[in-house]
Amino acid sequence: MLSYILRRIVATLPVMAIVALFVFSLLYIAPGDPAVVIAGDQASPEDVERIRQSLGLDRPFLVQFGSWVWRILHGDLGTSIFTNLPVSTMIGQRLGPTLSLMIVTLLLTIVVAVPLGVVAAWKAGSLIDRAIMGFAVFGFSLPVFVVGYMLAYIFALELEWLPVQGYTPLTEGFWPWLENLILPAVALGCVYIALVARITRAAMLEVLQQDYIRTAKAKGMGQGGILFIHALKNAAVPIVTVIGIGIALLIGGAVVTESVFAIPGLGRLTIDAILRRDYPVIQGIVLLFSFVYVLVNLMIDVTYTLVDPRIRY
Amino acid sequence: MSEDLLSIEDLHVSFSTRRGMVEAVRGVSLTVGKGEMLGLVGESGSGKSVTGFATTRLLDAAGRVTGGRILFRGQDVTKLRGDDLRHLQGAAMSMIFQNPRAALNPIRAIGLQIADAILTHKKISKDAARTEALELLRAVQIRDPEARMNAYPHELSGGMCQRVMIAIAISCNPALLIADEPTTGLDVTTQKVVMDLLADIAAARGMATILITHDLGLAARYCRRIAVMERGRIVEEASPKTLFSVPQHAYTRRLVAASPTATSRIEDLVTEEERERTAAIASKPRPELPHGTPPLLEVRKLAKRFNEGSAAVADFSMTMAGGESVGLVGESGSGKSTTSRMICRLIDPSEGDIVFDGQSIGHIASRDFHRSRHRKDIQMVFQDPNESLNPRYTAFDCIAHPLMRLDGMRAGDGLRKRVEECAERVGLPLDLLPRFPHQLSGGQKARVGIARAIACRPRLLVLDEPTAALDVSVQAVVLQLLDRLRRENDIALLFVSHDLNVVRMLCDRTIVLRNGNIVEQGESRALFDDPKTDYTRKLVEAIPHIETGPALAAAL
Repeated sequence: MLSYILRRIVATLPVMAIVALFVFSLLYIAPGDPAVVIAGDQASPEDVERIRQSLGLDRPFLVQFGSWVWRILHGDLGTSIFTNLPVSTMIGQRLGPTLSLMIVTLLLTIVVAVPLGVVAAWKAGSLIDRAIMGFAVFGFSLPVFVVGYMLAYIFALELEWLPVQGYTPLTEGFWPWLENLILPAVALGCVYIALVARITRAAMLEVLQQDYIRTAKAKGMGQGGILFIHALKNAAVPIVTVIGIGIALLIGGAVVTESVFAIPGLGRLTIDAILRRDYPVIQGIVLLFSFVYVLVNLMIDVTYTLVDPRIRY
Repeated sequence: MSEDLLSIEDLHVSFSTRRGMVEAVRGVSLTVGKGEMLGLVGESGSGKSVTGFATTRLLDAAGRVTGGRILFRGQDVTKLRGDDLRHLQGAAMSMIFQNPRAALNPIRAIGLQIADAILTHKKISKDAARTEALELLRAVQIRDPEARMNAYPHELSGGMCQRVMIAIAISCNPALLIADEPTTGLDVTTQKVVMDLLADIAAARGMATILITHDLGLAARYCRRIAVMERGRIVEEASPKTLFSVPQHAYTRRLVAASPTATSRIEDLVTEEERERTAAIASKPRPELPHGTPPLLEVRKLAKRFNEGSAAVADFSMTMAGGESVGLVGESGSGKSTTSRMICRLIDPSEGDIVFDGQSIGHIASRDFHRSRHRKDIQMVFQDPNESLNPRYTAFDCIAHPLMRLDGMRAGDGLRKRVEECAERVGLPLDLLPRFPHQLSGGQKARVGIARAIACRPRLLVLDEPTAALDVSVQAVVLQLLDRLRRENDIALLFVSHDLNVVRMLCDRTIVLRNGNIVEQGESRALFDDPKTDYTRKLVEAIPHIETGPALAAAL
């Protein structure tokens, strides 16, 4: 098992190398001379030349790539063109809010979506099932920013239960931290909850038709025991898979959600960096997200072995 | 009647389907006394399992009891709800299912699955339940029970899984145990061991048992009383002796006739009236081959090893003449299917050679064999007609496909004629040709499988348990069909089966395999009447025979 995890981590290296190459090429894939692009509209030819020199853009592509990778391996993601701060420092400052938002959304999704899916499968064909699946279709079709503004209007402006926007670090208390994250997490989680609930229902329906569920009934076990001890764990592989895939959805959704609720996280940083053509920052963020995603995939595969003893690596 | 533990009175069960309500059980009445073992026999669709499921209240959501009562200890089971029902299920009555591997949760250790049943009904600690589970594993004679407690179903054999199911079923000492085809799919020796165990446990604990099975011989061996079901009704109920010597109902007569016995011949498998109808086409004697004719198939020292492990098949040699039928028998894991697949050139042998019609074909890679001109000559009929037909192909497509691939025929009148000719040869009504497999019965699907295999006029047909999934009456018809095809078209049959009765009837010679080695071979009748090795004797003795007339009288 341990050797499998090690092998998988080693196997991520080529993946990360390809991602790095792609991320690095961003600057060159974009039309025009990178130096001109970075310098912006009002730059004089001297400015462009200065930027070209300082960024090493006059050297051959592979040499640039090599030294870029070398610096990354030493933890140096480069320096922001706009703020002149190291990219790693900027990402570090913004990591807390985004991580908080994602964790709260993830927990909310699992706590809400899985039971909804289980109940829908259990009562398949009933009014409850149809209501839950109706909600799922609804949640799936509403864009994050629409849900976000609607929630903010109802719960923050009209009812004044929760703050409209902003972010409070966890260091200033649990409730103030959570209070600010509830609305964004619900807005961001909507699509995700709908997706996970649907998959849970489908997987459970499949499992509930298996012979061993009938055996559990023949033992006289209660509904709870049958659903959660025997059925849910057997349905776990597809559910875990879709939760993992959903993390990619979350990363994309976080960018929008953070602007709607003015959360100073990575999503906002991404938008700002793109608007300012701050290539080192963009590269750093994309690289980080890719790395997280590769890691999540590894975690999913490891989780499989925990839920299903037939899967051995 | 107060002694009856279970009394079913005029039970009706219906299923709602797309085509409306279908009545599966139409007025069944039966009783089971304390400690009694009742056999409930019938073919698929007769409603025997539905009766069992209605009694344990495990019917699908679509099924509904529409009439009658099921009195268990005087209480109407059909009216129980909620907790009352759960106190009954698994505690006072329990059930064992067909296909034990599927009936166990694949990702839960078997010790826990037994403990689940105990903890549902007894207020004891988890540790105490674990100790009881361990005791139960000992009671069902599982070797090394401590280690098996943590095993998962996929790590156990089919017979072992069924023992675990028995352990679960008896965990709360139920008064009634319903066993639904408990040994279907297990090989004969395992079947005997499991059934003996079940009978012993039931006797020791005073449990009443309903044995639901399609196998008359099995029911006759273990039950004092047998009820025969046909299309949702009980048509006859009697002791095995009466049932087999003087069957009253026409359906019972047909069923008894179709069940192979130690002495029956292929022609015997239908009732007298039916035999007269088919007499005209039967038995055209096979012409004696002149001496010196080269064998159709010669297999030399064939061996197969999977993944560098020990040999699945070792040193297998045999010859077959054209039109000859040879049986290949053995328990599961004996290598009989592996051997047949190598001969059929579906998998590659590790060693040895296969010579067909004087040409070596053992060295052609199996993935290239479809280009060999001998692909047409060697065809296979597979075990499960449900699984081996493409669900998106109509019966016509199934039969036409090999003609197009191997005989180079194009769609058109010529092809249609050939397909219809094949269908006629296997007795498949032509109006069924446009149907998809799910619209055909088991016997019809088996015919499509055979028609597909004979479409290109092969000279050797390899059959892997072709009747294992079929009812006895359908089996009888399929066996007769195969025998007729062999006589009329001189097709050699290599028949792989664990059903020795069938092999004995159909095959001139039999080869007994064990752990990949030939233990015995010879002329079928002689081999079964006087087995030379203990292993063959064990296999022969494990077959539940229907003994009629004097033989049964002597046994009693």
